[in-house]
Amino acid sequence: MLNSVKGMALTFFSTLKGLRKPVTQQYPAKPTPVKERFMGFPALTWDDKVPEPFCTGCMVCVRNCPTQCMSATMKDNPLFAEGKSARRKIIDQFEINLNRCILCGICVELCNFDAIVMSHEHEMSTYQRNGDRADLPALLEIGKKYQQTTNWQPPSAKTKATAAPSPKPQPAAAAPGETKS
Amino acid sequence: MTMTNVHTNIAADAHPVEMLLNMGPQHPSTHGVFRLVLWIDGEKIVRAEPHIGYLHRGSEKLCEGEQYHQVITLFDRLDYVANFNNEWAYCRAVEKLMGLTVPERAEYARVILGELNRVASHLLYVGTMGLDAGAMTPTMFCFRGRERIQALFEAVSGARMMHNYFRIGGLKEDLPENFVQMVKDLMPLLRQDVEESDKILTFNEIFLARLKDVGAISPQEAISYGFTGPCLRGCGVDYDVRKAHPYSVYDRFTFEVPLGLDGDCWDRHWVRVQEMYQSLNIVEQALQQMPQGPVTSSLGRRLLRPPKGEVYVRGENPRGELGVYLISDGTDKPYRVKVRPPSFCNLSAIQHLLQNAWIADSVIILGSLDIVLGEVDR
Repeated sequence: MLNSVKGMALTFFSTLKGLRKPVTQQYPAKPTPVKERFMGFPALTWDDKVPEPFCTGCMVCVRNCPTQCMSATMKDNPLFAEGKSARRKIIDQFEINLNRCILCGICVELCNFDAIVMSHEHEMSTYQRNGDRADLPALLEIGKKYQQTTNWQPPSAKTKATAAPSPKPQPAAAAPGETKS
Repeated sequence: MTMTNVHTNIAADAHPVEMLLNMGPQHPSTHGVFRLVLWIDGEKIVRAEPHIGYLHRGSEKLCEGEQYHQVITLFDRLDYVANFNNEWAYCRAVEKLMGLTVPERAEYARVILGELNRVASHLLYVGTMGLDAGAMTPTMFCFRGRERIQALFEAVSGARMMHNYFRIGGLKEDLPENFVQMVKDLMPLLRQDVEESDKILTFNEIFLARLKDVGAISPQEAISYGFTGPCLRGCGVDYDVRKAHPYSVYDRFTFEVPLGLDGDCWDRHWVRVQEMYQSLNIVEQALQQMPQGPVTSSLGRRLLRPPKGEVYVRGENPRGELGVYLISDGTDKPYRVKVRPPSFCNLSAIQHLLQNAWIADSVIILGSLDIVLGEVDR
C-alpha cells in the first residue's frame, strides 16, 4: 500500500517535471544541425585554383569500397597539355550509387588527392530505385556546397605544406594503398 | 487449412487441446525479426520454439571477401546497438594476431567510447523493458539520454550508429579538441538520466510485480546454456570479462561487478541498471587518466597482411561476452571469421525459460534477455 502511494507520488512529480521545455525538435520544420565531422553522402571536391576537380581517377576509393558502390574512369587532362594544370590525368566519369553507399568513410581516408569528402548532405531520398545514382556533375555540386558551407581546405595542404604536390596518378595495378605493403 | 499445409510438421506435433500461437516475426516486442511459435494451453505456455534467421546476412562469410580494414564496417552491423564494442573486439583480434600495441590515448578513448556505448545500449534496454511491461514514460526518458550519447558519438566519429571509427592499431583520427570537455559536460546529464529511469522504473510496484520471480534460471543452468553478461550476473555468477580476463586498460580502473540473487527478470534488469552507474564511473576515471599522444600505431595506410595463424579474443559487450575467432592465411583478407555472439547464446535458453510460463510473461522474459537480432542471425 505504502509502496503504491510512493510510486504514485513519484509518477506525479515526474509528470510535473515533464512540463519543462520539451527536448524534442520538430524535425522537418526545424532540422537539427549536423556535427562538424558528420559523415553524409560522399562528394567530390573542386580545385578552385586550376579550376578542375581534385580527382584524378586513380581508383583507390573504387577498389577499397566495401560495397563496391562507385565506378570511375580517367582521361588525359586537357589543361595539363596547355600547361595550366599539374594533373596529368583527370577524372572523366564518376558514379556513386548512394543507395549502396554505407557512409563508412573509407574512401575519404584512403584518397591521396583530397578529392573525395563526406559531405553533410543526408536528405537525398528519391522515388526511383536507382534515383540516387550520382554522376560527376552531381557529386561536384554536392562537394561545392560542402566546401562553401564548411570553408573546406585540402587536409594534406596542412600536413604537407612544404612538399610539392605530386598529382601523378598511379597505375591501376599499383595504387598507393598497396604498393607500400 | 492453409496453416496446416504450410506448417505440416508443426500441426502434427500439436496436441489437440493446445493452441498454436505465432509470435512474430513482425511483433513489436521481439526487438527485431524473431519468430516464436508458442503452444499454449489456456494462458500457459506448454512449449515454445524459437525461429531465427530472418535477419541473416551472412556477415561471417562476407568478412572473408573483405580486406581487414573493411571488415570493421561489417562488425558495426552485428550488434547495432553497441557498435563501438563490436569494432573493438574485431580490432583487438587483428592486433593480437599481428602483435600490435595500441597507443595509450587510443586505448583510453576506446574505453570511454565503449563504456558510453554500454550506457546507451542499456538505456535502450531499460526503455524497451518498460515498454514491454506496459510503461511508456521511461522509454522517452531513456531515449533522451541515449540521444545525448549519440550526439557525442556523431561529434567524435561522424555517425550516430555505424561509426567505423576504430582502426586496427588505434583510431581513425584523433578525438575532437574539446572531447574531454564535451564528455565532462555530458556526465551529470547522463547520471541524471540514468537515475531518473532507475527511480521511475526499477522499484515500481507494478514493475516489480511483473518482473519478480518471472523467468528465473539457476546459475548452473545459466552456465550450461552459455549465458554471459548481465544475464549471467543476474544469477549471481561473478563473471565479467573486464575483471576475469582484463583487456585494454581495464585493470587500471576500480569498478564493481553488480550481481543479482535469483536470476529472474528483475535481477537481470537491476544488474543492467547498476552497470550503467559503473560504466559512468569508469568513464570518469578514464577521462582523468587519458594521456595526450598519438592515436594510431605506426602502420600508416598500408594494406594489412597479418601473419598466418589463428586467434580468439573476447570482450565484454553490453549483452555479454563477444568472442571473435579469426584465422589468417597470410593474405589481405581473413580466411575465416567466427563470431560468438552473446545474444545468440543467451537466447538459446528461451525454450527453457518459457516452459510453463504465462503467456503474458513471454514478452517480459524475451525482453529481459535483451537480444539484438542483428547479432543473433549475423
